[in-house]
Amino acid sequence: MASPEIDALTQALARLPGLGPRSARRAVLHLLKKRETALAPLLRALETVNARLVSCHLCGNLDTVDPCAICTDGRRDARLLCVVEEVADLWALDRSRLFPGRFHVLGGRLSALEGVRPEDLTIDALVGRLAAGGIDEVVLAMNATLEGQTTAHYIAERIEAYPVRVTQLAHGLPVGGELDYLDEGTLAQALRARRPLG
Amino acid sequence: MAVTRLRLTDFRSYPDAAIEAGPGLVILTGENGAGKTNLLEAVSLLAPGRGLRQATLSEMARGHGPGGFAVAAQLALPAGAIEIGTGTLATAPERRQVRINGAGAAANALGEWLALLWLTPAMDRLFGEGASGRRRFLDRLVLALEPGHGQHAARYEAAMRARNKLLAEPEGADPAWLAALEAGMAEHGAAVAAARDRTVAALAARLAGQPAGPFARAGLAIEGWRPAPNAHAALAADLRAGRGRDAAAGRTLAGPHRSDLAVTHLDKAQAAGRCSTGEQKALLLGIVLAHADLVAEASGRRPILLLDEVAAHLDPLRRAALFDRLAAAGGQVWMTGTEAALFDGIGAKATRLTVSGGAVMEGG
Repeated sequence: MASPEIDALTQALARLPGLGPRSARRAVLHLLKKRETALAPLLRALETVNARLVSCHLCGNLDTVDPCAICTDGRRDARLLCVVEEVADLWALDRSRLFPGRFHVLGGRLSALEGVRPEDLTIDALVGRLAAGGIDEVVLAMNATLEGQTTAHYIAERIEAYPVRVTQLAHGLPVGGELDYLDEGTLAQALRARRPLG
Repeated sequence: MAVTRLRLTDFRSYPDAAIEAGPGLVILTGENGAGKTNLLEAVSLLAPGRGLRQATLSEMARGHGPGGFAVAAQLALPAGAIEIGTGTLATAPERRQVRINGAGAAANALGEWLALLWLTPAMDRLFGEGASGRRRFLDRLVLALEPGHGQHAARYEAAMRARNKLLAEPEGADPAWLAALEAGMAEHGAAVAAARDRTVAALAARLAGQPAGPFARAGLAIEGWRPAPNAHAALAADLRAGRGRDAAAGRTLAGPHRSDLAVTHLDKAQAAGRCSTGEQKALLLGIVLAHADLVAEASGRRPILLLDEVAAHLDPLRRAALFDRLAAAGGQVWMTGTEAALFDGIGAKATRLTVSGGAVMEGG
C-alpha cells in the first residue's frame, strides 16, 4: 500500500499524454529507486522550466527566453515564415533542421463545431508581422485534415493583400511509402501534385 | 468468391448455428420471424459497415445471451480459402473485432477480400420516400466502384455542417472563414458529383443495352442539384453567392447533397415511384444486378448478393427470369422466402436450407 504522497504523484503522472496508471507506477518506482540520479535532476529540470518557461510574444513558441531562441537566431532567414497549428508542429519541423526560416504558431485550428474562432488563434498577430514587412514567403504548414486545410484557406484569404508568396506543404506519397498501402484520397492527391522529373 | 461455411455464436436469435453453402444459389426458407434475415445480416457483416439492417453492434448480440457475439466464415477465393471472423466481446459490446486468417485486422480491410450487395424489404420504399434514401443507395453503389468516394463525401458533409453553423451565428459570419469552408465543400462536392455521374452513366449504359423482357429495365439520371460544367469553381461561386439564401433557410440549398437519383421504368416511360410495388422491386433488382456486373468487370470478382424476400413480390414469369439471370451470371446469391415453392424453378445445384426455431437444417 503506497503512501498518499506517492499515490498523488502516481495520479499526476498517469494523467500525462501517453502514460496511464500502470506506466505512472513504474515511473514513480524508478524515480524512488534512483533518487540521486533520476529524481533530483528531474525535479531541478521541472522547477527551472516552471520558473522560466514563457511563450514567445513574436511566434508563440515555448522557451525560457522571450523572444525565443529561434526568433533571435541571426543565422535564420527572416524573410521566410512558416505557419503551424501547434508548438508540437514547430518542434517537429525544427527537429528536421530543414526549414531555415522562422515560425508562427497559431495555437490551434479553426473549428466552427468546436467553437474555435479566428480571434482565438494568433491570426491578427500573423497579419501584424506581415504588415511590418521584411517577409517574402509564408509557408502554410497546416495538418492535412479538413479543419487544417480550412484554416490554411482562411489565412491565405486574410493575407491576400500583402506582397508575399504564399505556399503550402505538399500532400501525397510519403517517403519510403508503398503505393499499394495508400488510400485512394492520398493517391489522388499525389497524382494531382505530380511534377516533371529531372 | 463465395461464403462456403458460416458459424454464428450468440448472434441475434441464434445461440449456435453452422451452415455449409455451395458457390451458387443459397435458398433459405422458413416462416416469418424464423431468423432468415438474421442469417443474411450475419453474411453482410463480412463486409465493412453496419450490415444490411444498419443496426448497432449491441443489437446484434443475442438477447439474454452472454453479451458478445461472433460470426465466423470460410470464404472460397480463386487462390484458396480464407477464414474471416467478426463480432464483439461481452466486455466491449460496441467495439467490432475483425480477424482475417487468425490475425486482427481493421473492419475496412474486409473490403479487400469480398464485395457484397443486398436488397431488403426496407428498400421497397426507396422510390416513394424522400431523396436522401436514394442518395444513400446511390452512394453505396458508387463506393463499391470508387472506394475514395466515402472520404470525399465525409469531408463535404463536415465542411457543410461547419458552414451552416457559421451562417446561423447572429452576429454574422466571417466572410474569409466562410470562403475557406466553401473551398473545401467545392473541392469535395465536385468529386462526389463526378463519381456519382460516372457510376450512373456506366449503370445507365448497361441497363439500356439489355433487351426488353419480363424483367424491368431502369433508366437512371441524376436530378435536383446538378454540377455545372466546371463543377469545382461553379459550386464555390454558387455557395458564395448563396450565403444570404442559406442563412435564411438555415441549411445549404446548393450542392450534391441536394441531388436525387431519378429512376424510370424505361419500357413504360414511367417514373419508378408511379410503378406498382412488384415493378419497383423488379427495377431495383435490375439496378442491383447490373451493378454487380459492373463491379465484377471492374474488379474481376463478382459480389455476393443477399436478396431478402425478393421472390414474394414477383409474378412467376419475372421470378423465372430472375433465377435464369442469376444462374447465367454466376456468383453466390443468398435468397430468402417463406415457402420453398417460390424457388421451384431453380435447379438441383442450389443449396437449400430450412430455418426454424433458431436452427438451420439442410433441405427445403
